[in-house]
Formats: sequence, C-alpha cells, structure tokens
Amino acid sequence: MAENKRIDHPTGTETVGHEWDGIEELNTPLPRWWLWTFYATVAFAIGYCVVYPTIPSANGAPGGNLKWSSREELEKTLAARQAELKPIHAALAATDISALPGKPELMQQAIAGGAAAFKVHCVQCHGSGAAGAKGYPNLNDDDWLWGGDLATLEKTIADGIRQPEHDATRFSQMPAFGRDGILQPAQVEDVTSYVRTLSGQEGMSASARRGQALFAANCVVCHGPDGKGSRTVGAPNLTDGIWLYGGDRDTIRQTITNSRYGVMPAWNLHLDTVTIRMLAAYVHSLGGGEAAPAPAPAPAGATAAATPAETANGGG
Amino acid sequence: MESLVMRSGGWLLAAVLAFFALAFSADSGFAIHMGIIMLAALITLWVTLRGADYSGIAKGTLRNGADQSRYDDDPVRWGVIATVFWGLAGFLVGLYIALQLAFPVLNLGLEWTTFGRLRPLHTSAVIFAFGGNALIATSFYIVQRTCRARLAFPSLARFVFWGYQLFIVLAATGYLLGITEGKEYAEPEWHVDLWLTVVWVSYLAVFVGTIVKRSEPHIYVANWFFLSFIITVAMLHLVNNLSLPVSFLGAKSYAAFAGVQDALTQWWYGHNAVGFFLTAGFLAMMYYFVPKQAERPIYSYRLSIIHFWSLIFLYIWAGPHHLQYTALPDWAQTLGMVFSVMLWMPSWGGMINGLMTLNGAWDKIRTDPIIRMMVMALAFYGMSTFEGPMMSIKSVNSLSHYTDWTIGHVHSGALGWNGMITFAALYYLTPRLWNRQRLYSLRMVNWHFWLSTVGIVLYAASMWVAGIMQGLMWREYGADGYLVYSFAEVVAAMFPMYLIRAAGGVLYLSGALVMAYNIWMTIAGHLRTEQPMTETPYNEAADRPLVPVAAE
Repeated sequence: MAENKRIDHPTGTETVGHEWDGIEELNTPLPRWWLWTFYATVAFAIGYCVVYPTIPSANGAPGGNLKWSSREELEKTLAARQAELKPIHAALAATDISALPGKPELMQQAIAGGAAAFKVHCVQCHGSGAAGAKGYPNLNDDDWLWGGDLATLEKTIADGIRQPEHDATRFSQMPAFGRDGILQPAQVEDVTSYVRTLSGQEGMSASARRGQALFAANCVVCHGPDGKGSRTVGAPNLTDGIWLYGGDRDTIRQTITNSRYGVMPAWNLHLDTVTIRMLAAYVHSLGGGEAAPAPAPAPAGATAAATPAETANGGG
Repeated sequence: MESLVMRSGGWLLAAVLAFFALAFSADSGFAIHMGIIMLAALITLWVTLRGADYSGIAKGTLRNGADQSRYDDDPVRWGVIATVFWGLAGFLVGLYIALQLAFPVLNLGLEWTTFGRLRPLHTSAVIFAFGGNALIATSFYIVQRTCRARLAFPSLARFVFWGYQLFIVLAATGYLLGITEGKEYAEPEWHVDLWLTVVWVSYLAVFVGTIVKRSEPHIYVANWFFLSFIITVAMLHLVNNLSLPVSFLGAKSYAAFAGVQDALTQWWYGHNAVGFFLTAGFLAMMYYFVPKQAERPIYSYRLSIIHFWSLIFLYIWAGPHHLQYTALPDWAQTLGMVFSVMLWMPSWGGMINGLMTLNGAWDKIRTDPIIRMMVMALAFYGMSTFEGPMMSIKSVNSLSHYTDWTIGHVHSGALGWNGMITFAALYYLTPRLWNRQRLYSLRMVNWHFWLSTVGIVLYAASMWVAGIMQGLMWREYGADGYLVYSFAEVVAAMFPMYLIRAAGGVLYLSGALVMAYNIWMTIAGHLRTEQPMTETPYNEAADRPLVPVAAE
C-alpha cells in the first residue's frame, strides 16, 4: 500500500498510504506537547509511587518513603480535633449543669457542641429545626411535658422516656380508657367534648357536662382538676393550643380510647455525659428553656436521693 | 427443510424448557423472566415458520439469501431504530428520577417506582440499551466497510441483535421487580448474565469472523477499538458476575467475592465498563464517522497507535480510584490514582486525532450541524477525560467522592461525548441505510444540537456546583470545633441545583425527540422543504495554502 502515499493538500502532510472506505491517515508525528505531558504524568506517577505506599506489606504497615497511611492520617486528624475540644469537655464534665448559666462562655461552647450532636442524634424525630412532628414534641416552645429547666432536660435526655428495661427512665402510662372498657364509647365521646372545652375549641354542651363528671372521676389524678397537666407524670396540659398528637375530635377520641405511649431512647446508653449535657444546653437555648425551679420549698423532697422521686414518677 | 425443522424444533424446545422453569420457579420474579423467555422463543418460532421459503423447499431451489454484492445492513437498520427507541426511554427515566430527587413524592409510594429501582433502569437503558445498540449497529456497519467484506455468520448477527434486546428487556423488568445483584452497572442476576454471555460471545464471533474474511490488507483503527471493547467487556462481565445461585430455578445468587475484594472487583469492572464500553467503543465510532463526515484523512496514524495501546494498557488498572479512602489497602489506592493520572494524555490522543482531522475542513463547523455535534462530542470527551484523572487525585477525591460532582462528571461524558457522537453517527447512517437523498431536515439537527448543548451545560454546571457545595458543607467545621451542617440540611441546600439539573434533562430529552421525529421522517422518505444549511459552499481549489506545494 505504500505506493499510495500522497501529500495531503490542506495540511501539506504525507499520508501513510492506507485507505479504508475512503478514509486515509496522515503521517503526522506525535504532537510534542502531548508526548511531553504524557512523559510528565508518567514521571509524576513514578515519583508518587516512591513517596506513597505502592507495595503491599504483609502486616499492613505504611509503605513508601513518607511512611504515610490513610488510617494514620485519619487517627491524627481525629486526635487533633479531640485535643482542641478536650479542655472544654473536661470543664463541662466538671460543671454541674445547673451551674452552667453562671459561666456564659462555657454555656456557649456547650450549646455549640449540643447543636452538632442534635443534628446527628435527634433530628430524626424532632426535626432539623427541633419543631417536632406528630408524637414528637416541639422543643422550640415553652410547653414541656416533664419540665424545661437545664437539670430536668438533662435527666430526660439521659434516661429517656419509657425506655424499656431502664430503671431510671421517666415513666407513666395513660390507661386505654375505651379499649380496656373503663369507659363506654358514648362516655369517651363525652370526655372528648369536655376536653375540647378546656382548650376553648368547643362550648359547653350536654355531652361536655357529662364528660366533665367523667373527667373528674378518671382524669384529674394526672391531668389535674383544671386540666393543666402534671410534669411529675408527664401528663400534658389540655388547656392550651399545643397538642402532641392533635386536638381535633377524632384524635382526642383515639387518644382516650387507646391511650398513647411515646418513647424516647435513654441516651446515656449511647452517649457520654458531656454530650448529653451539651444537648440539654442546646435544647434549653432553643427558646423554651426555663430557669431552675426556686430552690427547696420542700427541702425533704428536693434533697432526697433520686430513687424515691423516680418511683413517684413511675406511679403515673 | 431439515434446517428449518431443526431450527423450529430448537425454538420450540427452548419455549418448553422456559415453561417448565416457569412452572417450578422458586420466586415470582424468576417466573416472570421465564415467561418473557418463553414468549420470545415462541415469537422466534412463529417468525421462523412464517418466513420460511416453502415453495423454494418444495422445488429444491433454496433461496440463495441476500444480494452478496451489497453489505449486510439489516441488523444495522434495526440497531438504528433500537438506539433511538432505548435512548428516548433511558432519557425519560433519567428525567423522572432527577425529578424524584427534587420531589420525593414522585416515588409514588410503590416499590416498583422507587428511585432505587428506577435508577439502574436509567443507567442500564442509556449505557447498555442506547449505547450498546449504537455500538453493535455501528460496529457491524463499520467493520463491513473498512474490511470490504460482508458480515460473517449473518444468522448469528441477527441473533446478536435480538438476543441483546431480550437481555435488555430481562434486565429492565428485573430492576422493576427488585431482581438485582446490587452491583452498579452489573445489576442483572445470574440467569440474565448467562444469556448476555451467550449473546456477547456470538457478537465476538461475528466481529472477528468479519475481520478474518476482510479484503483489506490492514485492520483499520476503528476496528482495533471495537475489538478491545468486545473482548474486554466479555472478560469484565464474566469475572465480576461470578456468583452462585441459591436455586437454579430462582433469581437470587451470591457473589463469589466478599468484602473489599468484591468492592475492588466491582470497580475494576465498573471503571473499565466506562473505559472500554463508553470510551474505546465510542472512539471506534469517532474514528470512522468523523473522517467520513469531514471528508478528511485521520490526523495522525502514529498518534492512533500510541494512544490506543497506552489507553488500553493503562485503563485496566485505574479502577481502585473509585475506592479512595475506603477499606481498600493504601497501595491499591495509590496505583488506582497514578494510573488514572497517566491516563490523561492517552485519552486526549483520541480527542486530538478527532479534532485535528478537521484540519482543512474547519469551515464545516459553521455549515454542517453533524460536524458541529462531533466537535462538541470531542470537546466534552476532552473535558471529562481531564476531569476524571483530576478527580482521582486523592486530595481532590476527598472532596468530590460521594457528591454530585461525580454525577456531573459522568453526565458531561455520557450526554456530551457518548450522546453527541451517537446522534451524529445516527444522522450519518440513516439516509445511507435507507437509501435516502438526505436527512428529512438538517435544520432540525441544528435544533437538536443546541437543545442538547444547553441541556448538558445546565446539567453539568448545576451538578458541579451542587457537588462542590455538598463536599464543602459536609466537611465544614465551625469555630467551636463541630460540624456545621447535618446531612438533611445539605440535602435541602441541593434543591435548586436539582431543579436546574432536571431542566437540563428536559432540554436534552426534547432534543432527542426532535431527532426521533427527524429520523422517522427520513426513513419514511420525506424531505422537509427548508433553506439549505450549507450556505457557504466548499471550494476545494481555493482551500490551499498560498505557498504552492510540490505534488510529488
């Protein structure tokens, strides 16, 4: 085929002399910049292989002249991060949470750490804005089931709500009034009417008046005579517009019939004390945080060991 | 007569076997697949019986078959139609899953329409159905012309085409039914893999057979690339899909490898599917259609040799760059990175050879929308083959990995390079295959060009921004020493980028619809009355350097 070589007019380059279906090829030499860049990448590759691990080692030891390994780099990065936070965490571990408001700088650091931990552990239920969802409380408002001061929040997070097989967990259980036959369906209907009058959603009616009597007999133990709830047993306030599951007739009827049994994990099974403390500080900072209750109006109860208090909680 | 009986009997036997496999299948997905196979066998049986030349058999004068003085283009014609069809299907599913990412309600709450099942449907439809049909059709077209020989084993070539369509249908229905090996780009289960192996080996036989019976003394560069593509894909497919079925009458199987070995095998496969399917195969198309459409010689024979061998030698080692900063040992990560970096120039060799082939015909970019598509394809090829090595560098990868930057990279290659070069090839082929004077409308090609180009720009740009934003948000530490963003916040921040990406998809799909209409009308034999596109006629006599060159 060599006899078919010709000079291509537009480029002035000789062809190789082959031809397929009318396609010829020019005998252009390799572009120099292409060739030298190719050599440069090969040189880079060789150099990189000398410096970084290239040969498999039997025990997984770092290879290459730099003795670099990705695991070691990760460990070092994490250690550096830990070293930065260590003094703060140590200070937090040593400070009782009720003392935090007296140390604004440490409080700020705790809130920052809590915000980060919240995004990892809490947003799944409470939402990334902590606004909650049906069955998961909104943490931005000042309506608390179990209390909104720092120490109470810390305990709620640490021991959880109704965490199974966890003695210290916050526990209470509303009876399933309808399902268990404590109240007849018509009675459930009446209690529903009355509960809706408490929050001003309905006016007084015959049904609500019947419900009022039933409420007094069955509900005030936990929800209180005026329906304002009780933090001791986590019984919600029924007189405001804030509903964990919903304040419409259907939902209230369902709640009275079947009761509710919301669960939050006891985070001290998963997280360290400092993280829990930081989470409490963060949740407290969201807008509804309350001041610590006035110290010891009833010294006997407040200074008593934790156990009897929890037994009381469990009795709800 | 005997061969007719043998063939029909064979198809009937296949249908009966499929029926029994259906009857005794261990799970419903496998039963549906066997039903599809039975149906395919029965259709083939019907076509065999109906198409037989009974009078010829009776008279003992069997038809001699097709005209031996023409190329065997039937499978190519079917391939062109299949490419357009699967392309539309794949782009549509792609647009839908892009919208699912922006609006999760589009998952419809049905297991069959979740993102997890539709995504492999999209990737397989565009890579294997659209790309694969384009490769099979163009390879059959090119190998005949550059070898000056008709296809070897014509019946086998037809089997390759239809067998491949059956593979696509089985794979696609499998994804929707939840039948998957869970390996990216290798999702089909063992029974579909075995079928593809049979089809692929037949493809190799037809292709090599045609090269063997060639009339040309040399093998053209396009055929080197096609051959490397067919052989390597066969090897990749066989090794990565080694697995043991739980039951020979059920769909589920377990891979032969486990843990990081499985991951490395998978990405050795995954990366070289990109390298040999989407790069080598489509370079083969480029090496034929660009010089034909430009009517110019290939820029450099030497470059084609060097970049071919360096490309196929280096590509096969680059897979570990998909597993940077994972459990993969550091030495393997190093090799994956350096081989990817060295791959930069070998990849660019193809771009240079394609673009510089236009030397002496650069004016065609202004006048010929098909050339324009080819140039855009080569430009995107160059961009993504620079971006790929760059992203394999560990410090870049630590930012880009797991982000939508990868998605942007893949699509600048897939939409820009594979899509555009395929569209150009389809536009070149259609009038020639159906013996039409010209395409129905060149102006529509121009529309297609601009719709696609703007679509790709929207897609790639939004995903670059999204990916880098994602990478930076994930790693951002606040002054207090804690991560600033939660994962969900990063997802929320992506929303506008997802909308722009979907808008790019709408444009790209619209362009493909314009193409489908154009090709349909061309096949139907219509010519659109329109102003000719070539407003500046080519005057070869004037297209010379001022200094006269001695002709001898």
